[in-house]
Amino acid sequence: MVQINGKAYEAAGKTVGSVIQELEYDVRTIAVELNEEIIPKATLNQVTLKEGDVMEVVSFVGGG
Amino acid sequence: MGTKEAFYQALVKRHGAENQKKFDDATVAICGLGGLGSNIAICLARVGIGKLILIDFDTVDVTNLHRQQYKFNQVGMPKTDALKENLLEINPFIKIETHQVKLTDENTSSLIKDADVICEAFDNAECKAMLTDIVFTNYPEKYLVSGSGMAGLSSANDIVTRKITSHFFISGDGVSDVNAGTGLVATRVMVCAGHEAHMVIRLLMGEINP
Repeated sequence: MVQINGKAYEAAGKTVGSVIQELEYDVRTIAVELNEEIIPKATLNQVTLKEGDVMEVVSFVGGG
Repeated sequence: MGTKEAFYQALVKRHGAENQKKFDDATVAICGLGGLGSNIAICLARVGIGKLILIDFDTVDVTNLHRQQYKFNQVGMPKTDALKENLLEINPFIKIETHQVKLTDENTSSLIKDADVICEAFDNAECKAMLTDIVFTNYPEKYLVSGSGMAGLSSANDIVTRKITSHFFISGDGVSDVNAGTGLVATRVMVCAGHEAHMVIRLLMGEINP
């Protein structure tokens, strides 16, 4: 199991990029944190999730 | 009588000599000089941060005055110039570098390279995400303090600072989107700007938690 934003998913073995797509996040307005590191966007499809990983997708909202 | 020494001693008295030395030695980049950025800059100038790098492409508009730290007589000026003028009136000893440009994938990395801490203060969600990506792709050792969710008139107490990683912090309620019909209001934007500025000074002091 992989924890994504506090929920458990059967996502081990999948890439971060494919999971982001499956969960229908807009990649233009998010930052992806995996095990307390920010994953550069250019490498989302190269990073494979492992059993026990903890991921957070931060969705930014407008205003400043 | 205001002298540089008196100004500095007043800061040392309140922040402690050790912290003040750290603030004085620090460089902070502020990306976007709207409601968040202009308020963050004023806080950091008052605290005695040594150097600010101010980045914004825009000019002051009359519709900015309800929440941004500009004056009626500055309408039409580049925000970089207007804010520099206002900051130097408060703290004439601060070093200020200005860049009147739109930050892009190409130019951002070089403009922020000297900063110890970067404040994200854009209006647009895509720009917030872009800056996060650029900072942690190029400078994983730098600190980034960002703002997300401060529009509208709901409780100011919903605004918090969250630690996302050891180097990435986000202030805001995370959900109040300016595009959801609620405009930006001076008070709530200032609360969020205060959170961001306070996280900056905590990081400079060596405090790594919000």
